[in-house]
Amino acid sequence: MTDRPYAQTRTQSPTTKLVLRFILYILLGVFALFYLMPLFVMITTSLKSLDEIRTGDLISLPREITFDAWRTAWSGACTGIQCEGVRPYFLNSLLIAIPAVLISTIIGALNGYVVAQWKFKGANIFFALLLFGCFIPFQVVLLPMAIVLGKLGISGTITGLIFVHVIYGIGFTTLFFRNYYVSIPSELTKAAMIDGAGFFRIFWSIFLPLSLPIIVVSVIWQFTQIWNDFLFGVSFSQAGTQPVTVALNNIVNSTTGVKEYNVDMAAAIIAALPTLLVYVVAGKYFIRGLTAGSVKG
Amino acid sequence: MIRWLQDNMPKIVLAPSFIAVMVFVYGFIAWTAWVSLTRSRLMPRYEFDSLIQYERLADSPRFETAMVNLAIFGTLFIVIAMALGLLLAILLDQKIRTEGAIRTIYLYPMALSMIVTGTAWKWILNPELGIEATVKGWGFANFEFNWLVDPDMAIYTVVLAAVWQSSGFVMALFLAGLRSVDEEIIKAAQVDGIPTWRVYSAIIIPSMAPIFLSAFIVLAHLAIKAFDLVIALTGGGPGYATDLPATYMYAMAFSRGDIGQAASSAMVMMLVVFTIVVPYLYSELRTKND
Repeated sequence: MTDRPYAQTRTQSPTTKLVLRFILYILLGVFALFYLMPLFVMITTSLKSLDEIRTGDLISLPREITFDAWRTAWSGACTGIQCEGVRPYFLNSLLIAIPAVLISTIIGALNGYVVAQWKFKGANIFFALLLFGCFIPFQVVLLPMAIVLGKLGISGTITGLIFVHVIYGIGFTTLFFRNYYVSIPSELTKAAMIDGAGFFRIFWSIFLPLSLPIIVVSVIWQFTQIWNDFLFGVSFSQAGTQPVTVALNNIVNSTTGVKEYNVDMAAAIIAALPTLLVYVVAGKYFIRGLTAGSVKG
Repeated sequence: MIRWLQDNMPKIVLAPSFIAVMVFVYGFIAWTAWVSLTRSRLMPRYEFDSLIQYERLADSPRFETAMVNLAIFGTLFIVIAMALGLLLAILLDQKIRTEGAIRTIYLYPMALSMIVTGTAWKWILNPELGIEATVKGWGFANFEFNWLVDPDMAIYTVVLAAVWQSSGFVMALFLAGLRSVDEEIIKAAQVDGIPTWRVYSAIIIPSMAPIFLSAFIVLAHLAIKAFDLVIALTGGGPGYATDLPATYMYAMAFSRGDIGQAASSAMVMMLVVFTIVVPYLYSELRTKND
């Protein structure tokens, strides 16, 4: 090492460097096109008339922009026998997602607080059981859940779907909060206890004020999961309570009348807008949620 | 009484979740396991019978197709998404000025519902009006691209759409991994004149083994659960050429009225997940407790 201090330091000529940089940016650009192409096609198709779709090609810009397809998708497209567009189902998704996100996040915060800070015998086993529950294929719980929802009298209702999403959401929300709270020194809790603060008081005055970032992660994760859910939605809803993903699938596969591709695309964009918006506004937290489940500790 | 409440508050808070998990996860798995051993058809029956449902699965050409599809789809999806994710992460790690914007573009599909992804790709791959028609319109009259309706090729369209949706996520994972490698080691290697590709292949990538494992687990999990994507993209067709165990289970449970088959195929899915996830979780939890 010492006898050849700089001998092998590779120095690329400026031209080579420039060419490599150029290739690098070309590659990055090609991949960017690959990821953007479907979105581009969806948007342009949704703005074309059916005639233009039949005669034009996939990637051409619309000759004449029309918002008819969007209007139909929102309030006129048929999901089977009903022709009310995606609007009622969009509302259903909101009615399902908002309470389910809030409830599962609150439960997750309390659970995470207990598992991370109030260790008692069995708390770790509980956490392991919960964690494994995050990974089960939901097919394995579909049938008994259908029966239980029936017994509870909430099958096919919005309430039923909220219930299901809360139950199978607390695994992840607990994981988020547990991993976040575990890094807060337990001396803090102990000191507060000596000062006479109780379980909830410590949570409320010490932990909650520190929790904003992880609350955002949890809310975004749960919202994306629940909004994008299809399996529970299609299994446990009935006509009138379906979430937007189910309605979209019904519109696309509706066999009545002419196939309106522009309407399909407009409906797909409408169904995607809320989660896309969340991603654009809070992408950083979205990524944190995605990686929190896999890169732990 | 108040004293007791205070002492046991953590347990009281955890109790409802504990009960919920025991009932709705483990109890339900037990229920499904039990029913998979009965002759349930339209209604669940609870008299233990035999392994008849699993024998029926083994004899079912449709379920065989579903399992073969899972193997093809799972392998290709995981390998391609990992390779692409790693490549993109390495490309983006070269001090790119517009990194933030590019990362956003690569990752946004992960925010979409698989139903949206499936709908978009179904349109793009439409043999009459999609890519095929577009390329024909450019003057290549003999161009053919009808994978979506070709029973032998349709499963690869599912791979394509799934890779499109998830590879950005793998990139994000790997990029975080690349950034966590000690800069000093890399600089030292560069000073020693080790070419960049060797720095990656011999130093950086081996040190990311845990991230490879995480990415694998997440992707394997996505592959086994892939249900929405198949429903939206191919509907399991043509015929049942793109059926996966997940769509088979759903068809048996909700349209064929064959609860025994639904339960047993769900248990097979459970088993596949189990063999992949349990060793992973076990090692994760063990290292954490040490």
